[in-house]
Amino acid sequence: MTPPDLGIALVILPLTGALLAFLIHPHARWIGISTALAINIVLAWLLTDLVTSPQSYHYALGSWGAPLGIELHLDGLSAFMLMMSAVTGSGVSLYAFTCFRMQSTENDHSPAFWPLWLFLWTGINALFLSADIFNLYVTLELIGLAAVALTALAGSRAALTSAMRYLLISLLGSLCYLLGVALLYHTYATVDLTLLAGRITAQPATQAALALITVGLLLKSALFPLHFWLPPAHGSAAAPVSALLSALVVKASFYLLLRLWLELFHPIHNLMPDLLGILGAAAIIWGSLQALRQIRLKLLIAYSTVAQLGYFFLVFPLTAGQSGEMSSSAWQGVLYMLLAHALAKSAMFLAAGNIQLFGGHDRIIELDHIAQRLPLTLAAFSLAGISIMGLPPSGGFIGKWLLLEVAIAQGRWGYAMIILLGGLLAAGYIFKVIGYAFTQGQMEDSISETHPVPTVMQWAALALASGSILLGWYPAPLLELLAIGDPFHFLHPSP
Amino acid sequence: MTTTLLYALTGIGLFSLGLHALIVQSHLLHKLLAINVMSCGVFLVLASLAARTPEGSVDPVPHAMVITGIVVAVAATALGLAILLRIHALTGKVRLPDANDQLDD
Repeated sequence: MTPPDLGIALVILPLTGALLAFLIHPHARWIGISTALAINIVLAWLLTDLVTSPQSYHYALGSWGAPLGIELHLDGLSAFMLMMSAVTGSGVSLYAFTCFRMQSTENDHSPAFWPLWLFLWTGINALFLSADIFNLYVTLELIGLAAVALTALAGSRAALTSAMRYLLISLLGSLCYLLGVALLYHTYATVDLTLLAGRITAQPATQAALALITVGLLLKSALFPLHFWLPPAHGSAAAPVSALLSALVVKASFYLLLRLWLELFHPIHNLMPDLLGILGAAAIIWGSLQALRQIRLKLLIAYSTVAQLGYFFLVFPLTAGQSGEMSSSAWQGVLYMLLAHALAKSAMFLAAGNIQLFGGHDRIIELDHIAQRLPLTLAAFSLAGISIMGLPPSGGFIGKWLLLEVAIAQGRWGYAMIILLGGLLAAGYIFKVIGYAFTQGQMEDSISETHPVPTVMQWAALALASGSILLGWYPAPLLELLAIGDPFHFLHPSP
Repeated sequence: MTTTLLYALTGIGLFSLGLHALIVQSHLLHKLLAINVMSCGVFLVLASLAARTPEGSVDPVPHAMVITGIVVAVAATALGLAILLRIHALTGKVRLPDANDQLDD
């Protein structure tokens, strides 16, 4: 099998799993966990093939070529993102395998988790493989609908209202995106990314489409000041769902924005990259300050996601108008941060889920004695925190370092300062949690109300957190993987 | 050409009208309807721009896109209505609370 065939298997496997889990719901968790395992095996096979013959692949579905048919596209960047979703997805699946069985008495909708999550996985994998802007719209909607349904799964009033807000925002974003696609299709008579990249020129219609698509995707990826829907949605969902939303769903729309910007809109210079950079910088500061103010752990983690998303948007000013080495290390650094953040943030949400299960609440000031009783969970939270702060040796550090290097080499001291300041603020909110967790409080009244947390759930969080640290030790193979097929090759000067 | 442009502009008009209602109206059913009006606007733009040549041979691809879009819109509306019903059953309200009240659970 060639890598594109394996890529198609990565879409079909979760789709089949989702349908099976829906039909045979008493066994949904077994179907879910075996699908996750199968996806990892196929992905490992795909990565081996891709590394042995490094190039970018195109696959015409049903042998219908680009102008009429829908093409799939696989390069190092797609493979990297597929790997991110597979690794994070497996960790969360392992957690959910145990978690939803325990909560079944209080939440009878838990069997719905597996079909929805596998549908979400289908959409995410399909998005990373698509090379057609209309097909990308469909995958965006698949992701959006599955994510909203997953948010609503918790069933509480807060979860339902934030799911509703999320649904409205998500639909608004996709409609803006679709209108942009309509304008692009009308102007250039194609929806294929490669063909569009060859034809695109700076016309009013292109500028309008660019603005619509960017705004739509910014809404979905929750860039400050369009982030208002994210903290309530991520803070009120069930723990595995929050982990998936924060680690994967917002990244999918960011990935799409990055692809479209660097492949299509790169030749069209305007003020947009700098605007995105400034909003990103504002997101880092605002998100971190809000995180410091939170009294509930899950909301703190959700605001930390808002802040971390800000870093990713620094890629636009740092690649705009640049070429060669410098722009590649900017986008590679951001993607490295993306992967590290996916692992660390899912670990944090899972750890918060454990703490909530253990004590029945997630108020930060009442976290005393967690350190003695949930050592694995607290270790997971702290390790993930190291990566979020960007301390060496962690994945977050490598990403931040690459970004910082580019910002300094370009003489953009403002961005460099923001990158460093963001790390300090992150240290502030993470130590706030760890500090309370180690406090000696009144032991007596808290003992009686605790619930045991299964070891699997603790190890799942710890495994993801250790992954985000290990990333800092072996960056070279992953950065090589990213460069396979030379995504964004037009960033280099043509010889 | 002018009719095509008229349809496209009507589409943009519907989109803006829907966007206005989505922001202004607080009743959730109104918001869902506003989203539907907006998607109708986008579909009208897509369908009208399918007429590329004055002779009248129509590009079929946008039609396929509109059909896909309608399927998505139906599914999204159904999901929205289901959540709306649950919100109504739980809280007795059909409005979203302010961002500040709902954080307390």
